[in-house]
Amino acid sequence: MKRLSDEQTKIFFEKLTKYIGSNVKLLLDRPDGTYCFREMKNRVYYMSERILKLAENLSEDHLIAVGTCFGKFTKSNKFLLHITALNYLAPYAQYKVWIKESAEQQFLYGNHVNKAGLGRITENTPQHQGVIVLSMSDIPLGFGVTAKSTQDCKLADPLVTVCFHQADIGEYLRSEDTLV
Amino acid sequence: MDIVKEVLEKQAKESAKYKSIEVIKHEEVKIDCGRLMISDPNSFTEELKENTETYIQNLTRDNVQLLVNSIWQLPTERLDEHIVVKLPKPTFALPRARKLPVPKPLTKWEQFAKAKGIKKRTKDKKVWDEELGKWVPTYGYQKFKADRDKNWVLEVPKNIDPMTDMFQKKKDLKNERVAKNELARMKNIARAQKVDVPRVGFVSEDSATAKELHIASTIAKHSTASVGKFQESLPKEKNARGIGVRELIPGAATKRKRPLDNKTERTEQIETVQKILNKRPKIDVEKAVQIQKREERIERENKPAEPKKKKGSHPKQVKKFGKKPKSGIGRKGNRKPAGRKRR
Repeated sequence: MKRLSDEQTKIFFEKLTKYIGSNVKLLLDRPDGTYCFREMKNRVYYMSERILKLAENLSEDHLIAVGTCFGKFTKSNKFLLHITALNYLAPYAQYKVWIKESAEQQFLYGNHVNKAGLGRITENTPQHQGVIVLSMSDIPLGFGVTAKSTQDCKLADPLVTVCFHQADIGEYLRSEDTLV
Repeated sequence: MDIVKEVLEKQAKESAKYKSIEVIKHEEVKIDCGRLMISDPNSFTEELKENTETYIQNLTRDNVQLLVNSIWQLPTERLDEHIVVKLPKPTFALPRARKLPVPKPLTKWEQFAKAKGIKKRTKDKKVWDEELGKWVPTYGYQKFKADRDKNWVLEVPKNIDPMTDMFQKKKDLKNERVAKNELARMKNIARAQKVDVPRVGFVSEDSATAKELHIASTIAKHSTASVGKFQESLPKEKNARGIGVRELIPGAATKRKRPLDNKTERTEQIETVQKILNKRPKIDVEKAVQIQKREERIERENKPAEPKKKKGSHPKQVKKFGKKPKSGIGRKGNRKPAGRKRR
């Protein structure tokens, strides 16, 4: 288990700020204890110091995962957010997209959200903004990136993609073996 | 009787002059007839201190006597009126005068080959060449001639200048290899004698190894005024590492990082987050475009709702703007833009 290098830290936080903006600081600076990010086999894990100390006794070969996996660094050194990070990111989301019940399944199968399926969207969401996708009953379903800003959404055709799919909770089943 | 007595007396006198050839020693002495050497393990007596000279003389005589005795026990020969003895082979091992020769230090390649278990394969002195139809030496005398006969024409690759002399190029490459070998030989000698040799630069990009090129590129990258801080890097690019490499990279020695504790790590991470957040453009282009779009839309929506002016109601006002309107062309262009005044 390693600390994130300077470059990795930059790439990682740039990604997180796309989704939760300045709330990233709240993840680092928590009142309930010291929490940190660690890299293991190109994956980034978020854990408390207590768990970290326990995990440090084990070698990397014998560890499958520690704490919560936030995502992984790809071979081209980009950061890919995993669905497992949803629990930590959803409460801090600045921009949200609610989808209708009829479109829920489509999204959970890994499809983009089109205008017809869009239930609600945060006011003043810019284009290409990382958003948390929620069901109408406020259950977080996954991550997305807006394809159109809120203003454009109002005028868009019903079949036009409004939000690009990034990750959804369906992945817990679909990519069970690759998620860890 | 007198004569006999006299003779005997004389004999006794004579023999009193000489010491006996019998020598008695407490401990047996070691005699090596081959080297004509005797070593006496007996300890000295108190007499040594009182009169050293005579004591040592006596001691030496006794020991020499013993040696001579043992020589006389060897089989003798008579050669030209002389009695001759053939000495046996020496048994005493003399200590070495000079220090033992050290094994020849291995060259860098030999070290590597030993570690990897690479064995030297001897090449045949001559090999059969199918093309030439004769035996060709692999090296040395007449090798050059055979090579010239075989490679009498060389192809110029497509990607280089067609006028390049490929023979010259071949020669240059060979010379470079020879020079590189010579350099390696010198380095081996220097290493064997433990002499510090200054680092050499890179001979050329053709002959430099990937590692050397990596070091060169890292040094070049860090050789800016800001020790390479603002230099762009490829994904996953790493600085060159190795023994003595760090010292070559400008500023690297000062950049060495101390191990972080979790608290400083957190503050540093918060700092980087702050930096990322601050980096956003002050003029939000997206937002500006949105506002612009909204305004345009509102404008478009308002336009048809605007009441139409009656034709010819204010002829003087119309005249104010440019030429007299021609028939068949609308007046729309002359009209003042309607809607809200924007600044």
